[in-house]
Amino acid sequence: MSNLTACERLELIRHKDRPTVNDYIPAMFTRFMEFHGDRLYGDDAAIIGGIGYLSDTPVTVLAQVKGRNLEENKRSNFAMPHPEGYRKALRLAKQAEKFHRPVICLVDTPGAFCGVEAEQRGQGEAIARNLYEFMTLKTPVISVVLGEGGSGGALAMAVCDELAMLENALYSVISPRGAASILWKDGTKEKEACEVLKITAEDLVSFGVCDKIIAEPTGGAHMSKEQTADNIYEYLVDAVFRLKKADTQQLLEQRYAKFRKIGMFTE
Amino acid sequence: MAIEDLFKIVKERFVAEQPAVPAAESDVEIPQDLLFKCPRCGAVVYNREFTAAMKVCPKCNYHARLTWQERLELTADKDSFQEFDADMRSLNPIGFPKYEDKIAKMQQQCDMNDAIKTGVCTIRGYRTVIGIMDSHFFMASMGSVVGEKIARAFEYATEHGLPVVIFTASGGARMQEGIISLMQMAKTSGAVKRHSDAGGLYISVMTDPTTGGVTASFASLGDVILAEPKVLIGFAGRRVIQDTIRQRLPDDFQSAEFQQECGFVDMIVERGMMRKRISNILKLHGFPKEAYRR
Repeated sequence: MSNLTACERLELIRHKDRPTVNDYIPAMFTRFMEFHGDRLYGDDAAIIGGIGYLSDTPVTVLAQVKGRNLEENKRSNFAMPHPEGYRKALRLAKQAEKFHRPVICLVDTPGAFCGVEAEQRGQGEAIARNLYEFMTLKTPVISVVLGEGGSGGALAMAVCDELAMLENALYSVISPRGAASILWKDGTKEKEACEVLKITAEDLVSFGVCDKIIAEPTGGAHMSKEQTADNIYEYLVDAVFRLKKADTQQLLEQRYAKFRKIGMFTE
Repeated sequence: MAIEDLFKIVKERFVAEQPAVPAAESDVEIPQDLLFKCPRCGAVVYNREFTAAMKVCPKCNYHARLTWQERLELTADKDSFQEFDADMRSLNPIGFPKYEDKIAKMQQQCDMNDAIKTGVCTIRGYRTVIGIMDSHFFMASMGSVVGEKIARAFEYATEHGLPVVIFTASGGARMQEGIISLMQMAKTSGAVKRHSDAGGLYISVMTDPTTGGVTASFASLGDVILAEPKVLIGFAGRRVIQDTIRQRLPDDFQSAEFQQECGFVDMIVERGMMRKRISNILKLHGFPKEAYRR
């Protein structure tokens, strides 16, 4: 396992060649078809949704899109979804439920977009609705954090039966920069905040948030996109196989229990 | 660029750069608790009058923040409140520097162990599970204790066939508890869903300020969502958005009225009418009425 600090990992996941869902989807799923739109407002390019095969199992894929260059990033808003993105994800998850397809969420976002229109269209409500509906979605849900797991914007696609993280991925309630500017009134102290927040995959396993760490090639995912995709693929095939066998009612009880037990207090 | 656009930009800049009305300054020392200055409109009124008006600004109708004791007094029937989980206290899950000290200080200041009080009470005779968040405690941010108390309150209500009323107020997730605080959003939303699936009623009452992770979880999931006039309701912080778009936002952005117009609030209810409105909603849903004392 990686012995890099949180801060070194932050640099790795911001590496310009870090693979994105645009690399992973073609590598892991066959005959993937993208479906557009939330049927309410529009289509958000920050989240790709669609169906395809994982090995020979039909699955629904929901994926947050980091661009590989400025052009792609402009289109996908640097992977910061608007409410219609989350509503598209929910629409397709409901579709998956109806046809008993497992849902695979690929999480990679700095956070939900903060803007006037996002507020007008109910960013808070859209995230809340996903947490609420995914908790009882009657089909297996597996989430994989590929790079950045940014707060509520990530959680809206991570209420799941199993959460996996790539070895160097980070998952946090607030961006290290945001934390630094609140804590020390100095956004440049990002590195210090990174360590304080406990946001690495190992940290999250210790809190019971993350269930599985997926290895990256030495040097990081960008050293071999193929190898990284293979590792994720292998995990997904295994997880889907296990979760598909479970009784739905039991699955939902376990899903609730997974989140229900997270917290630390005395009484 | 058309010439009109040029003027538009100048006009926008002019509007954006106009300073807020400066507060009157004086050398005379005024006791801190004598006057209330409205953070919305800047009006200054005697605290006595302001308190008598249930802490509503007489000039702009801003419904100011209440302590949990004040909210309970205004909402529940006399002596009807039985508290749940009174002794639950936060730990320091990620070993955040000085977190324990801050919590201890808040506990002393606010006469509560964390940012929410939960329990069961009657409201004009209707038995209900109630939750009151108090923004004076750590800006009512949601950590383990808030999440756990809310989840338990919903589970109790589901088990006993009771409705739930939550007065929400929060700055969002409690950063000092790291990822654990984020998970409380999922936990509380899941508890609401199970209550709902069992046929339970949940009324969410948004008070000043309802923001961040609380807006993005249980606050937005009521069967009925009420809000107090002029309060702040939103997901992202105003400053964050202003920094993104580099423009000044209109004053009513993210107000209760804005949220109602955008379709996220059922009804804006004046503080003096809240008790009655809630009890009317409970009555309409067929809950039995008990004898009560006001």
